[in-house]
Amino acid sequence: MLADKDRIFLNLYGRQDWGLEGARKRGAYVNVKDMLDLGHEWVIDQIKASGLRGRGGAGFSTGLKWSFMPKEVKDRPHYLVVNADESEPGTCKDREIMRHDPHLLIEGCLVASFAMKAHACYIYIRGEYVYEREILESAIKEAYDAKLIGKNNVHGWDFDLYVHHGGGAYICGEETALLESLEGKKGQPRLKPPFPAGAGLYGCPTTVNNVESIAVVPTILRRGADWFAGFGRENNTGTKLYCLSGHINTPCNVEEAMSISMKDLLEHHGGGVRGGWGNLKAVIPGGSSVPLIPAEQCEDAIMDFDGLRDLRSGLGTAGVIVMDQSTDVVAAIARLSYFYKHESCGQCTPCREGTGWMWRVLERMVEGKAEMSEIDLLLDVAGQVEGHTICALGDAAAWPVQGLIRHFRHEIEERITKYRSGKAVHAVGASKTSVEVA
Amino acid sequence: MPTAKVNGQEVEFENGMTVLQVAELAGEEIPRFCYHERLSIAGNCRMCLVEVKPGPPKPQASCALPAMDGQEITTNSPKVKKAREGVMEFLLINHPLDCPICDQGGECDLQDQAMAYGRDGSRFAENKRAVEDKEMGPIIKTEMTRCIQCTRCVRFITEVAGSPQIGATGRGEDLEITTYLESAVTSELSGNVIDLCPVGALTSKPYAFQARPWELKKHEGIDVMDAMGSWIRIDTRGPDVMRVLPRQNDEINEEWLSDKSRYAIDGLRTQRLDTPYVRQKGKLKPATWDEAFAAIESQLSGADAKTIGAIAGDLNEVEGLKAALDLFRSLGVQNTDCREAGAVYGAPGAPRESYLFTCGFEGLEQADAVLIIGSNPRLEAPVLNARLRKMWLKGSAEIGLVGPVMDLTYGYDHLGDEAGALEDLAKGKGAFAKVLKAAKRPALIIGTGALSRPDAAAILNAISEIAQKYKVVREGWSGWNLMHTAAGRVGALDLGFVPGKGGMDTAKMLAAAKAGKLSTLFVLGADEAVADADLGESFVVYVGHHGDAGASKANVILPAAAYTEKPGMYVNMEGRVQAMGRCVFPKGEAKDDWAIFRALSERLGKTLPYDSLADLRARLIADHPTFGRLGYAPEPQGFDLTALASKASKISTKPLTGAVDNFYFTNAIARASQTMATCAKLQSEAQPTNANAKVTA
Repeated sequence: MLADKDRIFLNLYGRQDWGLEGARKRGAYVNVKDMLDLGHEWVIDQIKASGLRGRGGAGFSTGLKWSFMPKEVKDRPHYLVVNADESEPGTCKDREIMRHDPHLLIEGCLVASFAMKAHACYIYIRGEYVYEREILESAIKEAYDAKLIGKNNVHGWDFDLYVHHGGGAYICGEETALLESLEGKKGQPRLKPPFPAGAGLYGCPTTVNNVESIAVVPTILRRGADWFAGFGRENNTGTKLYCLSGHINTPCNVEEAMSISMKDLLEHHGGGVRGGWGNLKAVIPGGSSVPLIPAEQCEDAIMDFDGLRDLRSGLGTAGVIVMDQSTDVVAAIARLSYFYKHESCGQCTPCREGTGWMWRVLERMVEGKAEMSEIDLLLDVAGQVEGHTICALGDAAAWPVQGLIRHFRHEIEERITKYRSGKAVHAVGASKTSVEVA
Repeated sequence: MPTAKVNGQEVEFENGMTVLQVAELAGEEIPRFCYHERLSIAGNCRMCLVEVKPGPPKPQASCALPAMDGQEITTNSPKVKKAREGVMEFLLINHPLDCPICDQGGECDLQDQAMAYGRDGSRFAENKRAVEDKEMGPIIKTEMTRCIQCTRCVRFITEVAGSPQIGATGRGEDLEITTYLESAVTSELSGNVIDLCPVGALTSKPYAFQARPWELKKHEGIDVMDAMGSWIRIDTRGPDVMRVLPRQNDEINEEWLSDKSRYAIDGLRTQRLDTPYVRQKGKLKPATWDEAFAAIESQLSGADAKTIGAIAGDLNEVEGLKAALDLFRSLGVQNTDCREAGAVYGAPGAPRESYLFTCGFEGLEQADAVLIIGSNPRLEAPVLNARLRKMWLKGSAEIGLVGPVMDLTYGYDHLGDEAGALEDLAKGKGAFAKVLKAAKRPALIIGTGALSRPDAAAILNAISEIAQKYKVVREGWSGWNLMHTAAGRVGALDLGFVPGKGGMDTAKMLAAAKAGKLSTLFVLGADEAVADADLGESFVVYVGHHGDAGASKANVILPAAAYTEKPGMYVNMEGRVQAMGRCVFPKGEAKDDWAIFRALSERLGKTLPYDSLADLRARLIADHPTFGRLGYAPEPQGFDLTALASKASKISTKPLTGAVDNFYFTNAIARASQTMATCAKLQSEAQPTNANAKVTA
């Protein structure tokens, strides 16, 4: 269990003041000037050494990502863009950071921008997060007023921070779609290459990071990379915000060490599965995009990138969705499928056409109104969407479906059988018989 | 040069090429829908997936992936095959498969590629999506259920045409291509989206349900609707021209074509002169060729050659004019002209380069400063205008305009409406003067509108001063460009269809006719010249193919062939001599132009010395060697600019407008076309807007 002294987000539950004064009491903005004085390379090296992996879902090494930025600023300015378009179903960690600890994020933006030699940073905040935007803007104003950021600030690195309010599209959480949207265009992912580090916002070198990835940076630097790397397993280090939801007794957001076992996480922080561990049916461990894992695998599941990958799922955003035995798992995945069909941007073929197809077949399967062969068809269609699209939304739409069929194929089959048996005689057969009789 | 392996075969390629291009170098066909060489890369259809090593384990869209040295590209693996089948299946699940009633059938990318790369059956058991059709005007017919959202049309209209009237709304499977406000697409290049559409979503409205591609006979032709000489393909069925499509020629029209070039062809079926007419008691009566010739013969017998004139029109091919000119000269007629009234270009003895677009269309792209004088390229040569837009988008040239402000689809420095701006430039005043001065390859685009007005001589003088001051003609570069609007003009000038010794030009001939001093006027399809003229008591012989302004004033009408109906040579404004063959036969009694003059010459006792088109062409090339070299634009060549100088200096304050006022009505064929009339009506109803004009000064 993570000790209270090792928590980064000390006001995760909003019991203290979110403002500058409260943040300072909790240690924000301490030693920032000293950290910046150690230089750009030092910051990046520390983050690399801490083993911090991106908290937005893909889990790419944050320090490595930063090092892809050009070493020197040439003809084009550098930008940091913070992805606060937190739209992954089952995930609400960034929301809590922006609500209750916005200054950690602002401080992180300053330090990260400094590391990448960016003088401007944009926070792209989700359309539905109105309250969070207001808090964030107030906090930024506080920071400007206290000369913590802005031109000629006390930290000696000119730095402007802007908040952009999105329109509420899931796809704008994809980094290049986010950049398009930020530029005022339709939020559709760009082709990669070129990657944002080469040509991002307005064609300039840009790094896009998740809110949590940025917010933990100052604390890592203050307490040392070794401290952060001391949590979790190798290659899966640090602390992490988990969002527990679904059929557990106390749904919550909680900061825990990486590589905690799923059972510990659910039992200890989630208050246990509703009706006891034996009542567990399946868990979606990392937000709606990752395949679910059935109860028997949850027993030993380790909550980190590699541990869940070994179970053919993923840590994703660590939005843990718990489903007990009362869950209609086919209907649950069908609903997720509808979400992806609704949020597909429509740019590329497999996702545009495939998401709707998968959803429609699944909707029928909920009732059992399908052919047995359609289960394999569905799996095949999911495979044709996966990996064939411009962005990862295609993968995200395919994985839950693949997970469902991998682990709960029998339920779909049962349902089809039941639906058929409900009809005494098959319609076609009946008419045939009557013809023969006649 | 870097090398890559395509299916094990090594190929060398140039840096910057995409994987798709490299695979094509190796002779591998990569299926695609959204990718088009002349548009930006969208990478959205996902049909071009291939495997690439080193790289991620999933298939990559080859159209958007830069090729790298040592790359291994696999286009025929089971994985690639499966991926293509998958994409093809996705494209087809919501496609109506109404090929039997689709105009694209038989020339449809989706059809072809479904055959080559698709599965054999459908596994889709759901209902198909239906999409409401969109209004896109009189040219583009929509059937949006067939759309596969490749966005080629959106990219074309935004990037090439520069009038972003087509876009996509909605997302996911509700993504729809639309004109937003259900308004017509008004770009002069809108028809090209029909060719670009890989499926039957955007088809040709005038051609809807008219023919199937396999019924058509395809002829290579040259477009005459403007002076660019665009390469076209003329599709005919029986006696009718069914449609006109562009052929690719990177030096001229790339692969675009203006709407007029495509859709004025319905004018070839209406208002046609299919038999000779002779005016009797004030009324035109159908007659035989013999009667018509007899009327001309009696008119000309004993007439003073000085009172006979001939004006050539905009669409005439070289051969007919050659025969006509030979006939008139043998009759002693010196009053011949092919230019608009008041025109000062191409005067007898002027260097050929002085009336050409000397740097060529492709060469223009090398210019770093372009000054447009009294021309509206968007209306006078829309395809060339797309090239100017391309240059502007690339940022390779600064563009200036002397003339009224208009939406050219690109930004320009507006230097003034009137010729006063020319004087400023000649004195080196203003910001654009600095641009011209600094330019390494400055180019002028001079509209014939500026050179065909009473004060044209003075304007030409001013322009030649500018050309000299900024060295528009210099070692290795000539930027002197005349923007013609008539397909027949340069050919006629090359022939010398200008006033002979002591002869009258167009303006003088018209004035003489009004004053009763011209006994006979031959109008060779020159409807525009005589439309508003009072020809007095002159005996008018009209030789042409349409019952337009000229025919209504005629005493004798000799029916001739339209451009699709006769073999002929045309010289475009670059000076490029191009020839085309006969696609269909002339209507009724109509004859090829040269044959008419050959027959008339015999009747008049001055038999022309050729009996066949081949003889005529041999004679033509002997007299004018320039016609001997087909298909080539002359090397950009300078000339002595001082030759253009004159003493005239008084310039009126009238704005320097372009030569084309109504794009859709520039010639007799277009004026007879219903499609063009609908387009023109729409345009006149549209709110005049400069919202799109990007005036930078």
